[in-house]
Amino acid sequence: MTETITAPVEVDRPSDEDIPDPDLPWIVIVWNDPVNLMSYVTWVFQKLFGYPRAKAEKLMMDVHTKGKAVVSSGTREKAEFDVSRLHAHGLWATMQQDR
Amino acid sequence: MARGPVRRGRRGDFELHLSSNERSVLGELPQQLRSLLEHEDPTTDPAMARLYPPAYDDDPIRNLEYERLAGDDLTSQRLASIARMEATLDADRLSEDDVLAWLGVLNDLRLVLGTRLEVTEETTEDDFPSGDPRAEAFGLYVYLTWLVDAIVSALSAAS
Repeated sequence: MTETITAPVEVDRPSDEDIPDPDLPWIVIVWNDPVNLMSYVTWVFQKLFGYPRAKAEKLMMDVHTKGKAVVSSGTREKAEFDVSRLHAHGLWATMQQDR
Repeated sequence: MARGPVRRGRRGDFELHLSSNERSVLGELPQQLRSLLEHEDPTTDPAMARLYPPAYDDDPIRNLEYERLAGDDLTSQRLASIARMEATLDADRLSEDDVLAWLGVLNDLRLVLGTRLEVTEETTEDDFPSGDPRAEAFGLYVYLTWLVDAIVSALSAAS
């Protein structure tokens, strides 16, 4: 329970699966939840991604009113890192390829 | 400016203005979260599942990889925040790192309580009238909501 890993790492996957184009970027989605405060979610977006307050507030409002928002994108490794940081802050985040 | 329970000080630290009663309530919380982390499992406990969400919506195999690789790291971060809050429970001034640790523990506890109480965006105190066995837990949830909001305000104030 105490083993520390500094970042998620890529793991080789079987090659015979129906895998989408690996060049497609990954997007990180934050989903609405009834517990996290709007002020807290805004602050997390500013802190983790360095977004200006106005952009962080817009993303938070998208989460709140539309149910979700794309908050970052990039390689699978970057997306997984961002998801793990969002999870560490208690936000409901998932990732998927942008197809 | 703000006269709330958490105020940013001039030296980049934070002043805590909490009653002895509040400190007494807060003092029990870190161990409660630690106990949950050490004894419950995300596959069987909804509150733990809320603290350890899946990273991939539609790919169980990749989720297993993610849980294996990121799960222990998430837990060690949480345990570190718990230890830091316990070490500073009686302090009148907190460093920014201390405040971030408190915020992490208190927000995790809101997620745990909110999950246990099945809170929705429409939930009000009327849903937990006095006499309801869950009223005390909801009272704590409301208190933590107020405190977390105060901490976020203090952190967001110009430094």
